[in-house]
Amino acid sequence: MIKSACDEDCRATVRLKIPDASDVAALTNPCKLCAPLGACVAFKGVEGCIPLIHGSQGCATYIRRYLISHFREPVDIASSCFVESATVFGGANLFNTGLDNLISQYRPKMVGICTNCLSETIGEDLRRMLQDYRIEHKKEVLPALVAASTPSYTGTHADGFHIAVRSMLAELSLPGLEKVKGRVNLLPGFVSPGDLDHLKEVITAFGLDPMVLPDYSETLDGGFQEEYSKLPEGGTPVERIKRAPEAEATIQFGRALAREEGERLGGGVWLERSCGVNCYRLGMPIGLRESDEFFHTLSMLSGKPVPARYKSERSRLLDSYVDGHKYLFGKRAVVYGDEDMVIGLASFLAEIGVNPVLCASGGISTHFADSVHAVTRNLGNTFDEPVTAINDVDFDRIFARAEKLKPDLIIGSSKGYKLARDLDIPLIRCGFPIHDRIGAQRILHLGYRGTTALFDIITNALMQVKQDRSPLGYKYI
Amino acid sequence: MSNKEKLPETTAMLADILKSYPPKVARKRSKSMVVNDPETIPEIQANVRTIPGIITQRGCCYAGCKGVVLGPTRDIVNITHGPIGCGFYSWLTRRNQTRPDADGENYMPYCFSTDMQDDNIVFGGEKKLKLAIQEAYDLFHPKAIAVFSTCPVGLIGDDVHAAAKEMKEKFGDCNVFAFSCEGYKGVSQSAGHHIANNQIFKHVIGRNSKKVKGKFKINMLGEYNIGGDAFELERILEKCGITLVSTFSGNSTITKFEQAHMADLNTVMCHRSINYVADMLEKKYGIPWIKVNFIGAEASAKSLRKIAQYFDDEELKNKVEEVIAEEMAEVTAVAAAVKPRTEGKLAMMFVGGSRAHHYQELFSEIGMKTIAAGYEFAHRDDYEGRRVIPNIQVDADSRNIEELHIEADAKEYLARKTPEELAKLEKEGFTFHDYEGMMAEMAKGTLVIDDISHHEMEKLIEAYKPAVFCAGIKEKYCVQKMGVPLKQLHSYDYSGPYAGFQGAINFYKEIDRMAGSKVWSLIRPPWQNSPELFAEMADA
Repeated sequence: MIKSACDEDCRATVRLKIPDASDVAALTNPCKLCAPLGACVAFKGVEGCIPLIHGSQGCATYIRRYLISHFREPVDIASSCFVESATVFGGANLFNTGLDNLISQYRPKMVGICTNCLSETIGEDLRRMLQDYRIEHKKEVLPALVAASTPSYTGTHADGFHIAVRSMLAELSLPGLEKVKGRVNLLPGFVSPGDLDHLKEVITAFGLDPMVLPDYSETLDGGFQEEYSKLPEGGTPVERIKRAPEAEATIQFGRALAREEGERLGGGVWLERSCGVNCYRLGMPIGLRESDEFFHTLSMLSGKPVPARYKSERSRLLDSYVDGHKYLFGKRAVVYGDEDMVIGLASFLAEIGVNPVLCASGGISTHFADSVHAVTRNLGNTFDEPVTAINDVDFDRIFARAEKLKPDLIIGSSKGYKLARDLDIPLIRCGFPIHDRIGAQRILHLGYRGTTALFDIITNALMQVKQDRSPLGYKYI
Repeated sequence: MSNKEKLPETTAMLADILKSYPPKVARKRSKSMVVNDPETIPEIQANVRTIPGIITQRGCCYAGCKGVVLGPTRDIVNITHGPIGCGFYSWLTRRNQTRPDADGENYMPYCFSTDMQDDNIVFGGEKKLKLAIQEAYDLFHPKAIAVFSTCPVGLIGDDVHAAAKEMKEKFGDCNVFAFSCEGYKGVSQSAGHHIANNQIFKHVIGRNSKKVKGKFKINMLGEYNIGGDAFELERILEKCGITLVSTFSGNSTITKFEQAHMADLNTVMCHRSINYVADMLEKKYGIPWIKVNFIGAEASAKSLRKIAQYFDDEELKNKVEEVIAEEMAEVTAVAAAVKPRTEGKLAMMFVGGSRAHHYQELFSEIGMKTIAAGYEFAHRDDYEGRRVIPNIQVDADSRNIEELHIEADAKEYLARKTPEELAKLEKEGFTFHDYEGMMAEMAKGTLVIDDISHHEMEKLIEAYKPAVFCAGIKEKYCVQKMGVPLKQLHSYDYSGPYAGFQGAINFYKEIDRMAGSKVWSLIRPPWQNSPELFAEMADA
C-alpha cells in the first residue's frame, strides 16, 4: 500500500513573527467559530427540535460538517437557501417555504431559527416573519417556533449558544406560573453530552427535578437503534422550557457571562429579572472548589446533604490529587478555548499545582481575565510565574506567546495540535472542536467524577513524557 | 442484498419517495430523479435552486471558490474577507495535501480572516481588508495573495477588486487578486468553481512563459490531491516520461499556474469544477483538452493510452504499455483476492460533480454494482454528456456568473496539431472535449438523482440496503445509523490515495473491509432473538 505522506508533514511550516498586539486587522488561525454554530448546538438540545438557519445554505452545510465531525452523530440543520435575488427582495418567501417543507417532512416539536450575517445585514425581521407565518397558519397546530438573532459578525459561537438559550426562555416561558417545589433550571453552557448526563444524574440524586437547557446528552450522542428516526430521541421537552418560571432556582454556569444590564445577559439572569427565579451563577464545575460550589448549591436548594456517592467521589478526587501531585507540581500549562471552560480548567490546574501560565480565548467577555485571576489566585499559590489571561486573540498570537513560555502541556481543542507537535509536548483535548480523536461527545470533565477522569488523563500524559524521555526507560515511575 | 429479483422496481421506488412531499415540491423533485437508460439517456434536472427547508448536502459559492479550487495551492495566502465562520469552516477541512519545496513555503495550514465586526458592516470593511493584505505581505512576502468575499461583503458593497489592485500596485512584487464569491451566488459551490476559474485565468495563467523542459507536456485539471491522489498521478506520469506542467490545483504552486499555457495538452479529471479553464486555455493558447479519469485501474490505463495516442509517439506508447503492464500485475492480484467477497454487492454514491461517476469504475473492478448515483452540484452535461450543452436553459442564477470573452492570444497562440495530424487522430477514433457524462456509463434501470435530500437518501437505503454508501461527513453517521457503512469520497475518511494504480489497490482493500464489516451483525442482543430462553434463565 502506498503511504500517503502525512498531512502535517506535507504542511511544513513557515515561522511566524506575529506582533503580539490586539490591533492587527487579520485573524490568523482563529480561536473562535461563528454565532449561528453555537445557536444550532443549543437548539439541538430541545426535544424534537430542528434548527433552521435563515440565510444562505452554505452556512448550514459548513456548520453541520463541523458539528458532525466533532460529535460523530447525524446533525440535520435546515436552511432557507437564500439566492441572489433574495438579497435584494428579502427572504420572507424562502423562509415560509422552508418552514413549510421542514414541518411537513420532519414533524418537529420545535423549529429553532437563527439568522446569519446575510439575513442580518439586509435587515430581515425574523420576529415579524414568524408573526405573519403564525397568522397564515392559524388553523394548524404549529410546532414551537423560536427565533434567535445571531449575526456572525458579533461575538463568537459561545455567544450564539447563550443567545439561543436566552431566546428560547424569553419566547417560550409562560407567565403567571406558581413555583413548584424541587424544580430547578440548569443552564450549563456548551459542555459535552457526557457532562450533561452526569449533571442530570447529580441533580436528580439530590431529589431535585432539573430542566436542563439545552440537553443534547442523547440528541448529540445517540445510540444505535434498529429503526432510524429522522429526529433523534432525547432533549428537553418544549413543555418543560415553558414551565421554566416554575423553578425555585436557576443554576447558570459561566463566570465570563454578562453580569450587568446593557451586556448580553445569560438566560438565568433573564429568568431572574423577568420571572423572579433566583439565579445562582457558578463557575464551570471543574476541579474540587468549583465542584464544591455546585454540590453545595444543590444541597442548599434541596435541603439535603450531599449523597454518600458524591462524598466518596469527592474524597477519591482528593486522594488522586495526593497520589499524583509528585508528577504535576511545578508543571506549566497553556489552556485555550471557550472562556468559561478555560476559567474552569485554570481553577482546576491551580489546585493540582500546575501553573496555567497562559489562558487564552477568542471570546470577548470583559470578565475573562478577572475570572481567571480570581480562580487561580486564592490558593495561597506558590507559583512564581504570573498567570496570563488574554482573550480576543487568535491562535497565532496564542502560539507565539506559548512558544516563548515553553509549557509542559497544552489543554484545548484539536486546533492546538500543531503547537503540540512543534513543541513536542502533549495536547489534552478538551472543548470544541475535537476532530482528531474519537469520543468527544463522551468526554466527562465536570463534577468530582469528571475532574478525576481529566486528572488521570493529564497526569498520565505527563508521566508518559517522563517515561519516554528517560534514557533508562523505567517501568515503575 | 445481491439478488436482482428482490430489488424494488425503480419507477415505483421513485413514486414512493415523492409521496411524502407537498405536491409542488414533489413536482420539482421528480424532474431531478430519473431511471437511467444508457441508450436513450433521459433528461435530468440539475443545477437548479435547492428547495428551502430540504436538508441539502450542497455548499456555497465561497466553498467552491476558496475551499475547492484555490484551497490546495500552497503558496498563495488566502484571505477570507468576512465574519469569522467562513474562514474557520474552510480551514484545511478538505484535506488536500501538498509537498512544499525546499523553501518550505506553504500557507495551507493557515486560516486568514478579516473577522468583520459590526462596525465593518456599517462603515465598510475595505480599510480593514487592505490592512489585512498589508499584514500578510509584511509577514510572508508571498508571491500572491487572494481575497475571498463572503455574503455580507457583497451586500455592503466593499470593492474587493479595487482593494486588491491597489495593494498589488503598491507591492510591485506580489500578485494580489480577489474573488466575488459571496455565498449566496449561484445555486451551489459550482458557481464558486466558475468564479475561481475566471479569476485564475484573468490574473494568473500566462504570466510566465519560461520554457518548460520535456517532450510530452500536459496539465492535469480538476485534480485536488485529496488523500495524496495527485502524488500517485505524478508518480505514474513521471514513470511514463510525461511532464506535468501544472495541476489545477492539487499539490500546486502559483508559478505552475502561471506556466500552464506552456503545456501541449490539457487533461480534465473533474469536468464540473474546471472545464471553464480548459476551454479558455484552448481558445487563447490553442491547447486542446481531453477528458481523462484516473479513478479505477482500467480507467487509468485507458487515460494513459489516450494521452500517448494524442502525442502519437511510438516510444511513449510503448513506455505507457510497459508501465501499465507493470502496475496492473499487483492491481489484478488484489482485485482477484477481494472479488469473491465483494462480487454482486450494491453500492450507491451521491457526491461531487464527477466523483459519483468516476468511482463507479472502481466498484465495477471488484464486481460491485452501482444501483443509484447522483451529484451534489453538477450540471446536466455532467450527467447526460456535453452534447446537451446547447440545450441547457440558462436561468437567472447562472446568468449572474460572469462568462469571460476569450480570444486567441496574438503572441502565444499556437495550434498544437496540424490539420493532417488532427485528421489522423480523428480517423483513429480520437475525440476532444468528449465528456459523455455519468449516465452513458450506468446500467439500464439504475437510479440517477441530483442534489439528493436526506429524505430521499433514507428511502433509498431502506429499499436497497446497499453494501456501501458513498457520500461525505454530513451523511456519514446518519447512513451508518441505518446499518450501512459509509465511505467518504470528499475526504476519503482520512485515508487514500485512491487515484491511479496504487490508489485502486487501496480502494479495493478499503471497500472489502467496509462491506465485510461484522459490526452490524451485533445489533440485536441475544435476549431479543430468543426472548423465551432468557426469560427461562431469569426464572431459574
